[in-house]
Amino acid sequence: MIRTSGLSFNYGRESVLENINLNISEGRIYGLLGANGAGKSTLLKLITGLLKPKTGTVEIDNIPSFDRNPEIQKEFFYIPEDFTGPDIPVERYASALGAFYPNFNKEQFHSLCREMDVRCDKKFTKLSLGQHKKAIIAIAISLNTRYLFLDEPTNGLDIPSKSEFRKIISGNISDDRSVIISTHQVRDIENLLDDIIIIDNRSVLLSSSMEEIQRKYLFGVESSLDGGVLYSEEGLGGYMTIRENTEGLESKVNIETLFNYYNTIRKRGY
Amino acid sequence: MDYSSTHKPIYLQIADKMSERILSGEWKPEERIPSVREMGVAMGVNPNTVARTYEYMEQSGAIYNRRGIGFFVSPEGRKIVLKQMKEEFFANEIPVIRKKVEMLGITPEEMTVLLFR
Repeated sequence: MIRTSGLSFNYGRESVLENINLNISEGRIYGLLGANGAGKSTLLKLITGLLKPKTGTVEIDNIPSFDRNPEIQKEFFYIPEDFTGPDIPVERYASALGAFYPNFNKEQFHSLCREMDVRCDKKFTKLSLGQHKKAIIAIAISLNTRYLFLDEPTNGLDIPSKSEFRKIISGNISDDRSVIISTHQVRDIENLLDDIIIIDNRSVLLSSSMEEIQRKYLFGVESSLDGGVLYSEEGLGGYMTIRENTEGLESKVNIETLFNYYNTIRKRGY
Repeated sequence: MDYSSTHKPIYLQIADKMSERILSGEWKPEERIPSVREMGVAMGVNPNTVARTYEYMEQSGAIYNRRGIGFFVSPEGRKIVLKQMKEEFFANEIPVIRKKVEMLGITPEEMTVLLFR
């Protein structure tokens, strides 16, 4: 369990995150969403102990992240958005890292590389951007940590690789493993998510399971608008609408529309 | 708002795909179907979502679970799926088609030729 409470952070005078309260449980896939510069990466760095909170706390299994306790360090792995691998072959880097993670599985690593078409005998510096990204994803998954943080993992992946990425995440989640994926490209991962966390304007705009959202709201595409919509926006094929789900119906959550809806609520100031 | 204008939740979209496979005979009665995990990977969706689909299909009687072995198409699976899909077609798709037919002034004769020729 990861818990942040009253977490705030600033770079100099510039406040980046304010009063963030979040719980991250095991066995779930989280989407950390927000516009560029909303503070997603800073939040991930705080959770993984790379940054020190200015106020508030971040704890992984009740131990403050910034303690960098070795027992906790081996429970998670984090891929920053701008990851650049060292000038050594991918497989050597995998083994080197694997030494610190007791559940590292070398066979799994090699089979992931095969699945994603990554030449793991090559040096990172000889790989294309997409290959580079896939190589570190293969390593990250085969470390089999309880928590996996991926910052913009689909950036730089071509279309077939994005679909490959989804398959790999889907096939490697388990009840005791959580994946936290930050992205501003919701479409790439929306069908993977159990929960979404939306960060906007330095704070948590929404943190909820997809099921809860589905129970609460009804998402539709309507050709004309009659009354009673909570939110609507014009899109291709009609108005994207959100209504209160009073009849217990089921619809597919439209995360982009939901995001815009919460943004207007915030701007209205209630 | 009528319900046909909403997008189906993912777990039901997967159920549709599975139903089509049962209906087309790609999955035959008493045949074992992919596991929840295999299905999740194939579609690149969350395995919890697929688990919900299987639960839903099991409840409708289209598939059944042999503990420790896996999921199978029920002997009656095709019949069940056919009934469900028909009902849904009448409830959700026919109204949309009817609206369009009226809008475009298509005659019953034209429709008959197009559909049953």
